[in-house]
Amino acid sequence: MNENFEPKIIGFLCNWCSYAGADLAGSSRISYPSNVRVIRVPCSGRVNPLFVLRCLIKGADGVLVSGCHINDCHYSEGNYHARRRFAVLKQLLDYLGIDSRRFQMSWVSAAEGDKWAKVVSGMVEEIKKAGPNKQFK
Amino acid sequence: MARTGVFVCWCGTNISATVDVEKVAEAAKNFQGVRFSTTYRYMCSDPGQNIIKQAIKEYRLDRIVVAACSPSLHEKTFRKCIEESGLNPYMLEIANIREQCSWVHKNREEATDKALQIIRLASAKVLRDFPLEKKFISVEKKALVIGGGISGIQAALDIAVAGYNVVIVEREPSIGGRMARFDKTFPTLDCAACILTPKMVAVSQNGKVVLHTYSEVESVQGYVGNFDVKIRKKARSVDLKKCTGCGQCYAKCPVKVPSEFDMGLGMRKAIYVQFPQAVPNVPVIDRENCRYFTQAGKCGVCRKICPFQAVDYDQQDEIIEEKFGMIIVATGFTQFDHSVYGEYGYGKFKNVITGLHFERMVNSSGPTGGKIICPSDGRDAKDVVFISCIGSRDEQKGMPYCSRLCCMYTAKHALLLKEHNPESQAYVFYIDIRAAGKNYEEFVKKVQDEYGAIYLRGRVSRIFEKGNKLIVRGADTLSGSQIEIEADLVVLATGLIAQADAPKVAQMLRIPYDKNNLFTEAHPKLAPVETITSGIFLTGACQSPKDIPDTVATASAASVKALGLLTQEKLVREPQIARVDAVLCSGCKLCVQACPFKAIEAEEIEDRARKQKRIVAKVLEGVCTGCGVCTACCRMSAIDLDNFANRQLMAEIEVV
Repeated sequence: MNENFEPKIIGFLCNWCSYAGADLAGSSRISYPSNVRVIRVPCSGRVNPLFVLRCLIKGADGVLVSGCHINDCHYSEGNYHARRRFAVLKQLLDYLGIDSRRFQMSWVSAAEGDKWAKVVSGMVEEIKKAGPNKQFK
Repeated sequence: MARTGVFVCWCGTNISATVDVEKVAEAAKNFQGVRFSTTYRYMCSDPGQNIIKQAIKEYRLDRIVVAACSPSLHEKTFRKCIEESGLNPYMLEIANIREQCSWVHKNREEATDKALQIIRLASAKVLRDFPLEKKFISVEKKALVIGGGISGIQAALDIAVAGYNVVIVEREPSIGGRMARFDKTFPTLDCAACILTPKMVAVSQNGKVVLHTYSEVESVQGYVGNFDVKIRKKARSVDLKKCTGCGQCYAKCPVKVPSEFDMGLGMRKAIYVQFPQAVPNVPVIDRENCRYFTQAGKCGVCRKICPFQAVDYDQQDEIIEEKFGMIIVATGFTQFDHSVYGEYGYGKFKNVITGLHFERMVNSSGPTGGKIICPSDGRDAKDVVFISCIGSRDEQKGMPYCSRLCCMYTAKHALLLKEHNPESQAYVFYIDIRAAGKNYEEFVKKVQDEYGAIYLRGRVSRIFEKGNKLIVRGADTLSGSQIEIEADLVVLATGLIAQADAPKVAQMLRIPYDKNNLFTEAHPKLAPVETITSGIFLTGACQSPKDIPDTVATASAASVKALGLLTQEKLVREPQIARVDAVLCSGCKLCVQACPFKAIEAEEIEDRARKQKRIVAKVLEGVCTGCGVCTACCRMSAIDLDNFANRQLMAEIEVV
């Protein structure tokens, strides 16, 4: 493992829960690694699995999709769609020979700033273990 | 060629302490399309906004990136700002470099680098931004209130007094709801009927209110401003217009059945009014028990005796279709079914009753005329044991939540017992006393000190019969002793739960409900009477257990929200909705199935190129909430979401 490797992670955050949770981490001044670049989406159900693949092809070391907890979706069922789609995608990544650790999902509510910080730290650790994504270079 | 302006905010030292704002602004000039960048101490202030306005003019900027705090705070501010300079308000992106950067990273170099990356993403997205127009929808100037209890009555009155039309749909034959069954109300001991019935009369006499009693909402279609509602007016068998409420019919009716309103403690006739102050004061025929219906045309006494020919055995259910602008849900609660607690012997022992039974018994217009008796033999109840938290705060057999009012109504019952039967003694088994309300704690204290109710902290383990007495065995955890009480009557303080058909109602209205079937508010603190479905509001105990003051407060709150819509000629809504490219759409209808809001319909169009008709998806603009679930399931990328379009998100991915 390269100690100096700082992974580049793309996070798709739903506007209502996870993005607000990340904001809360900020207003609570909870620090976490700076590796995640956030793309705001209305709902985790908005995230097309192709976006995730595109991120990996473009050289992202990890991709995170984060939404509201199950049952709490602002759009009542968008995160169910996301959960199913990405369960399939995760398996597809294995099948494609892409380290499936590079893709993760999390449920972070607007009240869980500390959880967001933990999710980011955990993911960075995990991707550091997985190493740089060189498959598409 | 795009001409982007990047404006980096210091936010005092909130951002500038960890992010080198000048360096970031300078580096942002190298991003594609950026023509101008600058920094300012407080970009949201008037001088800050003026810098943006001036730069738009001077550098002919056509799109803007503001690197500042979270878009949840000032996105609207800056949209308005650039709109005032003649730009479309949606040609704006916010780079969140405060909450998600300067506040969470301490290393200046690291934070500066990340801020620049965040601005890079926003600058890439803004290149793909396109002008959007605000949508306007019409508003039907009439509100629907589902449920005619105190909650629905109050909401309807508030709307009517403001001068707007409102319709109440109540499934029972009379409005009044649960409160109509109560005797006194805590902590002031006002008589429930004395404060409720004037409101019932006021609502029925208000020209702006239409009452549909003995009716149910059958279906709801449409969206805010334009709900299409079907109401089933069940056959009452009595003409509402002809009947004067003289009461001769039920005086003569030969069929007696237990009264639901009196919890089976008294009897009613097959043609009946629920209670003396019923509104409308028009009887209803219970066709399941009426001899005319059960014995094929026999009897018919009520029709013969009615001086106004109001009884109509041939009346049919009627379906009313009406349009409403908004809906207030006031469907209330029901009692917890305590039969799961076998140890309390409910159903087995006649003298174990619930709080609502007690309420009817103590009511002077109730089945016992206000006497508190033992249902088994009619003797006065002397030693009465009250057991609280029946079905509340019990994750195993009951509900995990506290029902909030049982402590208070039990205290009230203990007081009323002493007033009605001065020789009596009340014993209250409790877990905790929750008396959080104005004058509530004082009330409980009064019941203990002045009325001598004995409060025992602990649970009851068993109740059994001994002669005509009930032996209540329980623990007093404060003295650490076993207690046995010889009681005449045991009253169970059953908790409040959602109506049995609450999930059905929620699904019909497309509002969420929680694991306890209680309807979910849009935000637990800042939007407690709204739902995430715009135009649908909640009041009363259908949202969570509430006492009368809270119920009335939420009813008024919900009606203010409804009035906020009623006073608008047109509703403005965010243009972030799905859009279908009919040329690409293959008509697979996957999006129709995926949409949580039924906002996509299949539509037949004339395909001129192929000279044939074909099916494509069509977005109902008023219904779409802009979640984008449809976009991710479209195989043709034919459906896209304005403001979060595929090309906008892809642009961000490309530059990461």
